[in-house]
Amino acid sequence: MAALRSFGARPLGLVLRYALLIAVALIFIFPIVFMVMSSLKPDQQLLTDTSSLRAFLPVGDISLDNYFAAFRRAPVGLFLFNSVLVTTVTVALSLFVCSLAAFSFTFLSWRGREVILAIIIATLIVPFETIAIPLLMVVNNLPWIGPEGLTMGWLNSYHVQIVPWIADGLTVFLFVQYFKDLPRDLIEAARIDGATSFQIYAQVIMPIAGPVLATAAILKFLAMYNQYLWPLMVTQSEQFRPVMIGLQYFFQLNIAWGEVMAYLSLITIPVLAFYLLLQRAFITSIASTGIKG
Amino acid sequence: MNRRGLLIGATLASVLMTTAAFAATELSMWYHGAGNPVEREILAGIIADFNASQADWSIKLEEFPQGAYNDSVTAAALAGKLPDIIDVDGPNMPNWAWAGYMAPLELPAGTLDNFLPGPIGEWNGTLYSVGLWDAAVAMVARKSTLDEFGIRIPTVTEPWTGDEFNAALEKIKASGKYEYPLDLGMAWTGEWYPYAFSPFLQSFGGDIVDRTTYKTAEGALNGEAAVKFGEWWQHLFTDKLAPGTSQDPADRDSGFASGKYAISWNGNWAALGALTAFDDTLFLPAPDFGHGPKIGAASWQFGVSASSQHKDGATAFITFALQDKYLAAFSDAIGLIPPTPAAAAMSKNYKEGGPMAAFYELSKVQALVRPVTPGYVVEAKVFEKALADIANGAKVADTLDAAADEITADIEKNKGYGL
Repeated sequence: MAALRSFGARPLGLVLRYALLIAVALIFIFPIVFMVMSSLKPDQQLLTDTSSLRAFLPVGDISLDNYFAAFRRAPVGLFLFNSVLVTTVTVALSLFVCSLAAFSFTFLSWRGREVILAIIIATLIVPFETIAIPLLMVVNNLPWIGPEGLTMGWLNSYHVQIVPWIADGLTVFLFVQYFKDLPRDLIEAARIDGATSFQIYAQVIMPIAGPVLATAAILKFLAMYNQYLWPLMVTQSEQFRPVMIGLQYFFQLNIAWGEVMAYLSLITIPVLAFYLLLQRAFITSIASTGIKG
Repeated sequence: MNRRGLLIGATLASVLMTTAAFAATELSMWYHGAGNPVEREILAGIIADFNASQADWSIKLEEFPQGAYNDSVTAAALAGKLPDIIDVDGPNMPNWAWAGYMAPLELPAGTLDNFLPGPIGEWNGTLYSVGLWDAAVAMVARKSTLDEFGIRIPTVTEPWTGDEFNAALEKIKASGKYEYPLDLGMAWTGEWYPYAFSPFLQSFGGDIVDRTTYKTAEGALNGEAAVKFGEWWQHLFTDKLAPGTSQDPADRDSGFASGKYAISWNGNWAALGALTAFDDTLFLPAPDFGHGPKIGAASWQFGVSASSQHKDGATAFITFALQDKYLAAFSDAIGLIPPTPAAAAMSKNYKEGGPMAAFYELSKVQALVRPVTPGYVVEAKVFEKALADIANGAKVADTLDAAADEITADIEKNKGYGL
């Protein structure tokens, strides 16, 4: 009897667990399904369908018209290119600079490193809005050497959207936390073998830093891709605007919701692609964090 | 120098001089209409015509989406990177002029003689901006609906009285035929609130701020007339005569056409849609609550930035753009109200007998610009919050008192905004 109960309880628990997980998954996936389905419908139908389950189904007058209209309303390709360029370059530079900084904080001995690390981590609590205007004044008065030679002021450029975001407290903190748990023996062995600090960083530490690289990359990618206030302040030319500013092109007085959904579907693609690319390493990182905790 | 060198030098010098003589000075222009290809096409056409019409100036257009425009201008002003020609929402103009973003606009005498009052952007007795169109709101209803309920069709000379309007709403509600008798557009937040709803307050005899001095809101926003307005406003929602702040934006867009609402308080920009939905659509004047029927006025306008090094060129372009044919073109393309009688007569919607001619008349007769003061940008937000709070059940007198205090405190904090 006891064996039967145990046999029956296990599948029941399993079913309940799966039911719960499916319900949670549906909660997360429904907005995306709604967005994609709505992007295929004319406005009138889209608005009518919101009050029923039809909102999540490809039914009625389905077409790609909203996508064509979105491309007519705004230079969607340009905005996507700008965002992907700014985001990927920033992420790549950020991973390099922040991991180097974290390596220095963790493995090198120099006076004041704890204090400086504490200051860097303290920047996490400073909202960007509080430094936006001073930062604008700074970048507006900085020189830059580019194809046009030496110019003053960084406004209306890609680098004004990249450089101020390369180093950030959160990414440094993530790397420091990860590096702290790495076995010191690795470093010592490399030192005994005569490796320089940079060789240890590049050939010993970074090859085993995959999980933290993935985590930091995804978090940084999302933060950069979703930037709104800063590009709004520093890009006066359409040529440099990212996707989030582009979204405003669709909010006229009479909003074409189908076009909004089409645009949102399009700009979601790079985020999903990037996440899927790094998904395995990201989950490994979260899982290993969980085990340590 | 040998003869060959002399020849080359002379040729180069003549090329340079010719180029210099024909090189037009580039003027930058910022515009809020990115994402509106129709509007853009007309503006681009005006710019092309202007650039071709003379050799001194060449306009370079930079477009911004409306939702990001004001912040972009503020950031550019901080960085000292404002363009030559600036686009400004009418009620924001005094603030930008006061903040030093805009220079006085010196148009040739008589240019604005026949203009509607709304598009003329004057502050402190000085012209800073001018609009190529105006916007107006109206009570949008079907003739068949009003006939069915025996409701009189109001005219500009004989609008509904407040009592008549309230009785009409009650009658429609009692029929149970509509989800709500009136749609005020509560789903639209931001500037819509002061633009669309402060005229009701003004018709009751109150205002957002005391316009005689612009130094206080006391008495204007919380006096007896304002409290009466607030109580009327609140009863619209407590008695379920209009959907409140939780209105679905989709219902705002389609509720009148789908038969959810009998009357919709909406702008001329939505008029073409209403005309398409029903062939008996009427655009009716605002009700008169005792101090005359009022509607908002002033839309986007053009001015010259204070930092422009070529104010004469910027002014030349604005003057050029004010030609009736361009005003009519904007109107035809996107339903905006032409600011002159000649342009209205040229337009397909606002000419005499045109489907939207009522809006031109409303702009001419009922329009009242929002408070013309640099403090308006704060006042608009305070007013919006107060009206939303009252709609959600806050105590009328207390809410208006608090709003009046907040506005007055802001004016005092800014030393009267230089007035």
